Amino acid sequence: MTARSQRNALDRREVMVGASVAAIAALTPALPAFAQEGQPQVQSPTMPEALKTAIGDAKPIEGKVTIDLPEVAENGNTVPFSISIEDDGSTNSVKAVHVFATKNPNPNVASFFFSPRSGKAQVSSRMRLGSTQDVLAVAELTDGSFYMGKKTVKVTIGGCGG
Amino acid sequence: MASKPRIKIPKSAKVGEVIEVKTLITHKMETGFRKDAKSGKMVPRDIITSFVAKFNGEEVFRTALHPAISANPYISFFMAVPAAGEFEFIWTDEKGETWSVKEQLTVS
Repeated sequence: MTARSQRNALDRREVMVGASVAAIAALTPALPAFAQEGQPQVQSPTMPEALKTAIGDAKPIEGKVTIDLPEVAENGNTVPFSISIEDDGSTNSVKAVHVFATKNPNPNVASFFFSPRSGKAQVSSRMRLGSTQDVLAVAELTDGSFYMGKKTVKVTIGGCGG
Repeated sequence: MASKPRIKIPKSAKVGEVIEVKTLITHKMETGFRKDAKSGKMVPRDIITSFVAKFNGEEVFRTALHPAISANPYISFFMAVPAAGEFEFIWTDEKGETWSVKEQLTVS
């Protein structure tokens, strides 16, 4: 085989790959019609998408954020959690904290927004966890910096009703 | 549907004291990921998406909720007491329905 014919063969393959990608793309808009009955009606973001929506392109530094969660959650339907962010107490330097369950079908859990009246950057609530996974909390400070904390939780019975 | 918001705050506080405010509302927080056991169809999502706490008309704390918040959402937060006054708590679901409750805080 000459160099030239080899080149042609490659070109043809590229064309074929390109054609099948186009075919898939043409089919995709039809998918939501199938999806109505057996699929969730509300689309969920992926973990990177959820993070980007919450904090943009910021690169959080590890630290300052403490996640209080059980090591093992027997019931994933209601896992109590508490998050506190280090603050010098007088400055109210924490603007918000965004919480993510990295392997849930929708990784968003909640975003908590503090105010100059907060006094203490600490919140508690209860979350659903579909499986054993990492829980991530990203804090946004009023000076524009981001800090994060992470904790792994073992889940015995998942809580997403699947 | 949601109902019966419940609030727990100290009976009285000092000015400047940081108090914990505990809130709970009855709501199923249907995730939209669950299939009805009989029909096999997805149960449509029905969740509270916003919680706002105001004190004397000023917003002091806010939460954006997603399906991963458990049924009957419990939220606790803190506030440095500026004076005596009135809390107002407002929950809003995805369809725009709201539930609110007021609570007095006395200062000793």
